[in-house]
Amino acid sequence: MSLFQAFIAIIRRDLLLAFRRRAEMMNPLFFFIIVVSLFPLGVGAQPHLLQTIAPGIIWVSALLAAMLSLDGLFRSDFDDGSLEQILLSPHPTSVLILGKIFAHWLVTGLPLILVAPLLAEFLGMPGDALWVLIKTLLLGTPVLSLIGAIGVALTVGLRRGGMILSLLVLPLYVPVLIFASNAVEMASGGLPVDAQMNILAAILCLALVLAPLPASAALKMSMS
Amino acid sequence: MSIIPKPVGLFFHKMASPPHFYRFTGRLIPWLSWIFLILVVVGLYGGLVLAPADYQQGDSFRIIYIHVPSAWMSLFVYVVMAVAGGIGLVWRIKLAEIVAISSASVGAAFTFIALVTGSLWGKPMWGTWWVWDARLTSELILLFLYLGVIGLYGAIDDKRTASRAVAILALVGVVNIPIIHYSVEWWNTLHQGPTVSKMDKPSIHISMLWPMLVMAVAFKLYYVIAMLQRARTELVIRERNSQWVKTLLESI
Repeated sequence: MSLFQAFIAIIRRDLLLAFRRRAEMMNPLFFFIIVVSLFPLGVGAQPHLLQTIAPGIIWVSALLAAMLSLDGLFRSDFDDGSLEQILLSPHPTSVLILGKIFAHWLVTGLPLILVAPLLAEFLGMPGDALWVLIKTLLLGTPVLSLIGAIGVALTVGLRRGGMILSLLVLPLYVPVLIFASNAVEMASGGLPVDAQMNILAAILCLALVLAPLPASAALKMSMS
Repeated sequence: MSIIPKPVGLFFHKMASPPHFYRFTGRLIPWLSWIFLILVVVGLYGGLVLAPADYQQGDSFRIIYIHVPSAWMSLFVYVVMAVAGGIGLVWRIKLAEIVAISSASVGAAFTFIALVTGSLWGKPMWGTWWVWDARLTSELILLFLYLGVIGLYGAIDDKRTASRAVAILALVGVVNIPIIHYSVEWWNTLHQGPTVSKMDKPSIHISMLWPMLVMAVAFKLYYVIAMLQRARTELVIRERNSQWVKTLLESI
């Protein structure tokens, strides 16, 4: 089996597993929607206020939803031993891990993007900003999955890894949060957002290349 | 081995041996402590008594002699931690792992001191305890990174494994720190905060500068002392079943 075939096989397997448990798949999505709809209840429903803080709300909620869904990335594979098989395979672990991360993003990250227009409407975001929001989510959520994979790989062997995971991962999410919500904010004001988009794309490229390496090193450590 | 002089290489090889490290640092720490004490007295006297009061900020600028050295140390210690962790990861040197994790709490303390003194300084100068200034924010995130390292180390029971996990995390953090720093700076400049950052490249007079440099060296020594003390304790705990620790404990 070539490396590419193995990569595709991992993605197909993970997608199949996810679709067999559709209810679980929806959880991060509902979490995202609920958190966003809590904000108007908390800060008051003045349209102007909501419009101002909408980019931040949506992005912080996406961050939390992505973080909460991370635990599922390696958990079941760790429990049933398939992770050991992945590590034992002749292919480079980091590439196979990248496949797992991609599948995970398809299941948890992509739905967030699909539901974003609804939430933007909730918060009264202007139409131009909506497109920018979708683009930032498209560039940003894969980074969240990639960086998060390092954190999960470090904590997957722990019984109570949840709290510690947020401590590890959230500080590393800061750049994505800053550039993405800033881009949406600028777009709401009718300003150009090319710079932010380019930087987000650069962060994505960097994470795509670098993140699987420490993640696979951390998995090897967790399995030993 | 070719580029490193032989005595230096030999020194590091010897230092990788736990009993030798323990004995050597035991002799080193009193010396370092004396030098630290002298430097800290000189630095504080220079800073609090000899240096003239600032024409704008009066005497309250003197907190700089604690604030700036600890802010420098907060970054320095993180890099040391990552480098030591990387060495431990590659060569599996037990002492490098111990140095890495012993640095974490000292570094977190420096970061905390930098934040608290900055906040105390900000109250009379800016009229508020906290502003979302770029430097303050990145320092705060640095503290979170330290807390993550300490938390992860505490969460894993097997300390050899924990050291490797911490090393990976510290290396990831080191790649991220510049990105975080510049993103925060970008974010702040776009938001145009309400304060004028007085720390931007201060053209500081030499009479105010030298005590700060003395304090910086003193803080560096303090870090080495505190880190070595922690490392010695950690070493004895980890090696408690080995022969040299048993003889050590019997001799006390």
